[in-house]
Amino acid sequence: MSALDLSRWQFAITTVYHFLFVPLTLGTVWLVVGFQTAWVRTGKVKYLKLTKFFGKLFLINFAMGVVTGIVQEFQFGMNWSQYSRFVGDVFGAPLAMEALLAFFLESTFLGLWIFGWDKLPKRLHLSMIYLAAFGSMVSAYFILAANAFMQHPVGFEVDPETGRAVLNNIGEVLFQNTALVAFFHTLAASFLVSGAGVAGVSAWMMFKNRQVDVFRASAKTGAWVILVSAVLVSISGDMDMKIMVQQQPMKVAAAEALYQTQENAPFSVLSIGDLSGDQATNVIEIPGLLSWLATGTLNGPESTVQGINDLQAQYAATYPQFAAETNFTPYVPITYWGFRLMIGLGMLAALYALWALFALRGGRVPRSRFFAFSSAVIVLFPLLGISAGWIFTEVGRQPWVVFGRQLTADGVSPLLSSAQVWITTIGFTLLYLVLAIIEVKLILKAVKAGAPEDPPQDPHGDAEKDADKQLYFAY
Amino acid sequence: MDLDVLQTIWFILIAVLWTGYFVLDGFDLGVGMLLPFLGNTDAKKRVMINTIGPVWDGNEVWLLTAGGATFAAFPLWYATMFSGFYLALFLVLVGLILRGVAFEYRGKGHTDAWRTRWDWAIAIGSALPALLLGVAFGNVVSGSPIEPLAGSAPDLAGQLNFTGNLFTLLNPFSLVVGLMTLTVFLTHGAIFLALKTKGEMHDVAKGVAIKLGIVAAVFAVAALLWYQAYSGHVAVTLPLALIAAVAWLVALFCILKGRDGWAFVFSAVTIGLAVATLFAGLFPNVMVSSTDAAYNLTIHNASSQQYTLTVMSIVALVMTPVVLLYQGWTYWVFRKRISTDMIPGETVTDGQLATTAH
Repeated sequence: MSALDLSRWQFAITTVYHFLFVPLTLGTVWLVVGFQTAWVRTGKVKYLKLTKFFGKLFLINFAMGVVTGIVQEFQFGMNWSQYSRFVGDVFGAPLAMEALLAFFLESTFLGLWIFGWDKLPKRLHLSMIYLAAFGSMVSAYFILAANAFMQHPVGFEVDPETGRAVLNNIGEVLFQNTALVAFFHTLAASFLVSGAGVAGVSAWMMFKNRQVDVFRASAKTGAWVILVSAVLVSISGDMDMKIMVQQQPMKVAAAEALYQTQENAPFSVLSIGDLSGDQATNVIEIPGLLSWLATGTLNGPESTVQGINDLQAQYAATYPQFAAETNFTPYVPITYWGFRLMIGLGMLAALYALWALFALRGGRVPRSRFFAFSSAVIVLFPLLGISAGWIFTEVGRQPWVVFGRQLTADGVSPLLSSAQVWITTIGFTLLYLVLAIIEVKLILKAVKAGAPEDPPQDPHGDAEKDADKQLYFAY
Repeated sequence: MDLDVLQTIWFILIAVLWTGYFVLDGFDLGVGMLLPFLGNTDAKKRVMINTIGPVWDGNEVWLLTAGGATFAAFPLWYATMFSGFYLALFLVLVGLILRGVAFEYRGKGHTDAWRTRWDWAIAIGSALPALLLGVAFGNVVSGSPIEPLAGSAPDLAGQLNFTGNLFTLLNPFSLVVGLMTLTVFLTHGAIFLALKTKGEMHDVAKGVAIKLGIVAAVFAVAALLWYQAYSGHVAVTLPLALIAAVAWLVALFCILKGRDGWAFVFSAVTIGLAVATLFAGLFPNVMVSSTDAAYNLTIHNASSQQYTLTVMSIVALVMTPVVLLYQGWTYWVFRKRISTDMIPGETVTDGQLATTAH
């Protein structure tokens, strides 16, 4: 394999892996915030137990998110140096801001939260997790703004002398609609992921008859979080689709394997065959739905959705600086199925939430084996769904790394040998595999251990007076 | 503001970020490396880990910020250095991944084998960046094979690229710089341990700090004197190096006399002066080409444009003091020395299982 292909695989592997921990922690930290706030406000010990229990699960995942995130910042320069040269003037800014505004906030205040139980007064200690959670959100915002620039580059011009992009409007880069909607959509989906995690784990604990009163509360919270975020995911997804059809029509066409431009375009629910566009392969389709999603109209010329064939010709005419034989169509099967998996898995989670709320109604405790096992499985659905969604987004942008400006193939580091990239790709993959096994083991162990039976109600002391006291928390 | 001025400001800012990183992560890398050697009981190991537990992650962010700032302010420097020092940086990443996970996971298992494995993950994961970042710096300031690329990608032909390999980086001068950072961080870590612990742990750390400090002094003097042969401004870098050496001696004297706090201050000052020496001799280059001085990456040919530098200057000007303020506050919150008696008894040490003083 060439250094280019290997670099693509490496970026895919490291990024998909990193992004399993990101949505999990991005939402879960706010659930922990919620539980701890409930404890501070009501004094009910069950909320403290939930804070501890889900806080521990959060930290196991957060550690993985942090360390795999460092790789992300390095690999732009390591494997994609031509990309970095081309966009550094623009793309580097949100990354540096992310470090300065978000990473410091997140890491510093999380350290204070983990170790500060007996060092800080109750309310001040609570505010530490608020700040850490806020830092995570800020971090997500900057990185999504940077990604939005790759999807829809704005706020810059290309210097004709150097061929490099030069930033001329930071406001546009940070606040373009592509970035705002991506943030809304990703954050809502992250809450969906975390809601499913909390609901699924809680249902399992009830099935095992462990601390039922405690986990009934979190099961209910989790189910409501799923439901509300599913609504927000749909709203933001719809907004995203309408923006995408304007900014990246090829991605929309590829998501539907829509080869011919058409009015009143149907939404393909399921399809068979190789999606090569030679023949119609839709087994189930909903008439007009694609036009509705993409344009908000059902009939007439304004409901037209452009097909892959027309767009290929149109892109070739629009971007004459790229070779005429450039294939502007992304790999359709991944784009098509990624899009469907994203929507389907998210919708299944929403249905599960309705079922869970029904099962929990009026003080009931669901104990059926079927419900418990469904819950255990449902934990994974939104996580796989959000991953599929991002695979769709990134694969659907191809062949571009910066839409309309730079091809991915032109962004790779020019002098890397494939041997070098083999070493790092195999190295990261093996390391990540081992860590995945360890982390799943630890998660299962932490779930099995359950919430603390009798957590000290008020560890918050005065650091000055208790200098020699045993630490409340230590690694 | 003039582009020249902005470029110089960002050169200085990046030097400051690296100083912050080496001063702060330097001691937790040092404590990490010392872990299997100074902690002969699990309680001592846990004392060591808990001296840095609340702060190591925040310290490491200085590295990410230095990386991000280089990307934003000098994208061509970032691109050439990160793609060029490829396998070395891969090893740095492996180290940072191992130690980061290890801190969080070590206490979550029950067997000695589990903990021993993570102890070594922490030690090796700390040693890799401590050594290799020094080696990388050695190459940046002394020069490495860099030349322009014959036309490849559209529009971006002629960019300066590193043409060596991992072994090019392992040249004698750079290895000495690497050994300097390794041994200085070991000493800095031991001094920090002495400052943050009491009882037996404190005495052990103090003794080790003095011994390591002498070894580090040898490498530091060798590296900084040898560097004068590469330095572009000997009139500045030689005095700086000499002051650094004096500060180091003062640090060792303070630790010997039991003034742990002052020892830490002076060891931090030494690290700051060493970074200042390296950067001062480098200016206005950011990466020296050993192929031809015409191919040096400089603050002028590697930087972002005026607008980006202005925006980033405003962000840095507003945010850096805020960060310093709250990071400083963290150190104040966790200012107490700890000892083995203060480590909660349970092996699985999430606050939930631990209990307050019995």
